[in-house]
Amino acid sequence: MPREHILHKVRTALGRRVGQPPATAPPARLRIPEMDPEARIARFFQEIQKLAGRTSRVGSPAEAGAQVEALIAGRPAVASNAAFLRQCGITSLPSVRTDFNDAGELCAACASAEFGITSADYALADTGTLVMLSSLQEARLISLLPPVHLAIVPHGKILTGLDELLAGLPQPAGHSSSMVLITGPSRTADIEQILVRGVHGPGEIHVIVV
Amino acid sequence: MNGAYQQKIHQTLADPRLQSAIYAASGRLMDHRKHVVAADALPDYQELRTQAHRIKQHTLENLDHYLEQFESNLAAHGGQVVYARDGGEVADFLAELARQKQARLVVKSKSMTTEEIELNDRLERHNLEVVETDLGEYIVQLAGERPYHIVAPALHKTRYDVAELFSRRLGVAHETAPEKQTKIARAVLRQKFLAADIGVTGANFLVADSGAVVLVENEGNVRLTTTAPRIHVTVAGIEKIIPRAQDLAVFLKLLGRSATGQPLTVYTSFLSGPRRVQEIDGPLEFYVVLLDNGRTRLLADRDKRQSLYCIRCGACLNYCPVYRKIGGHNYPWVYSGPIGAIITPQYLGVSRDPWLPFASSLCGACAEVCPVKIDIPELLLELRSEVKKAQAREGQDRLERLGFRIWAWVMRHPRIYEMLGLVGAAVMPEGESSGWLRGVPALLNRGPLRAWFSQRDLPPLPARSFRQVWRARARVVQD
Repeated sequence: MPREHILHKVRTALGRRVGQPPATAPPARLRIPEMDPEARIARFFQEIQKLAGRTSRVGSPAEAGAQVEALIAGRPAVASNAAFLRQCGITSLPSVRTDFNDAGELCAACASAEFGITSADYALADTGTLVMLSSLQEARLISLLPPVHLAIVPHGKILTGLDELLAGLPQPAGHSSSMVLITGPSRTADIEQILVRGVHGPGEIHVIVV
Repeated sequence: MNGAYQQKIHQTLADPRLQSAIYAASGRLMDHRKHVVAADALPDYQELRTQAHRIKQHTLENLDHYLEQFESNLAAHGGQVVYARDGGEVADFLAELARQKQARLVVKSKSMTTEEIELNDRLERHNLEVVETDLGEYIVQLAGERPYHIVAPALHKTRYDVAELFSRRLGVAHETAPEKQTKIARAVLRQKFLAADIGVTGANFLVADSGAVVLVENEGNVRLTTTAPRIHVTVAGIEKIIPRAQDLAVFLKLLGRSATGQPLTVYTSFLSGPRRVQEIDGPLEFYVVLLDNGRTRLLADRDKRQSLYCIRCGACLNYCPVYRKIGGHNYPWVYSGPIGAIITPQYLGVSRDPWLPFASSLCGACAEVCPVKIDIPELLLELRSEVKKAQAREGQDRLERLGFRIWAWVMRHPRIYEMLGLVGAAVMPEGESSGWLRGVPALLNRGPLRAWFSQRDLPPLPARSFRQVWRARARVVQD
């Protein structure tokens, strides 16, 4: 059996016995800086803009809904099932389809939509990152297939960075089969190192902080 | 080095377009990296490197424990681990899986591990259609080539090459703007994603305490490969394990910066098993193939075990004066540059391409930029010594060994050394105007002397030797 064969070779190479406990691991290294909420938003926006992403800030969920309505201007969009989007009134906009729970139907809708609208579970200020955990509220494909990704994020979700995320969420696998960090629009530089945005994922990303 | 390699390398050196492409791309990658690891951008960069080195060392020293932990945590979330001793076993597993699930089309994201085992060829022999989805990797697949660089596979292709390739292979109009070329690839590959049955990826990290596969990328092709098809199969070397999800706070900060100069790549996927009951999309089946293919042999070598710490960022390639001249296709195996020079002999045996560890100036730039602090120059020296020992056992290089024995003897006898110096100065043929000796007279220019001078020049001998100067100085001081 390959399994036993390989594990046996590993143990022989290391001089270890079956079931021998490991040596003590070096302690995990997490450094979380002090940063007030305003500074987090400022840094978060600054990093997204560096990556050619767009940002805006609104005072209320209703305002976020109005802004999304203006942005999509009646063009086809798919919104996730996040309760926050409903609260913003986004799910009831005329060209927005939502409430998908079948993968096939969702995929077909996303493939022809011009906008994918999601919330985010967290955001990371120091890299301009959205953190998306796959769930009944957030499907994976909405932030991936349409050419434009709109994300509406409550300001309380903004963490300082990766270290704070992993300190608060040491076991992402306990919550979802998929945690994706999204940092700017999809891009490539594979041909002559020339930057092109929108390869397989969205070429545009717009983050609205409420 | 045999003649075939020499000829290929000379071709690369004589190709001005290729030379400037390699030089420009590696230069740009160096430049991007430099800014994001600078002290003002990342004050604890050196600490992170040290921590990354320690974690890799600890994990590999307890690897059996972490492999079993990974396996049971993945199983708890409905995924399955499969062990494979070599590429043949990986292909057999995938072919059998495809047969059972009636799968025909496989989409792939870029993976050096699957390049290493030539998985695409193997699967095609099993009558599966295999499509690479990273843009650069797709280009080299269409061209029937190997990746030129660990992170930039099509670094050697111009947009004109790509235009010609796309129009020939895809039947599209001749299009030379990278933006339009990207759109063409997007359209073709989008259809493949939506029709594919199986998505195959490598792994940047395997997280033991989560049973998770971590993948970094910029294009979104990894996300599609791991989301759209109903089956996701990861193929990864056993050395990719890290103990905890929290260790990503160290490794992700180093990987993107070292590879492309990004604090984080556009997408980082942390995947732990198939779609769960409450989730809407994602694969229904999730397998991780853990590959040995020689890794346990490296693991057994305490001194060179650190070769397995590599996280495949490609920084050592960009900084290597040898890679920057000879490019990525003149190394004997899929792994090029300094990391290729140390792992190739260990995987394939030191006797196969004995010249490889010698193709380095030992300048040390690779060790300086390595995010996990692999001492590449030290490992090159050890491999050189192994090559020489193997050659001595096989009775090769008798002349060279005799030469060095004589040299060692001369060095231990100062008077003879000095005498030979004087003789040398007297008979030394006239060099160029600079005084450098570029070769020997035609009569002697043969055999080992010719080979020796083909790679080396001799500096001019000074009018007076060091000993003569020293003695004169001693006399002055006495007086």
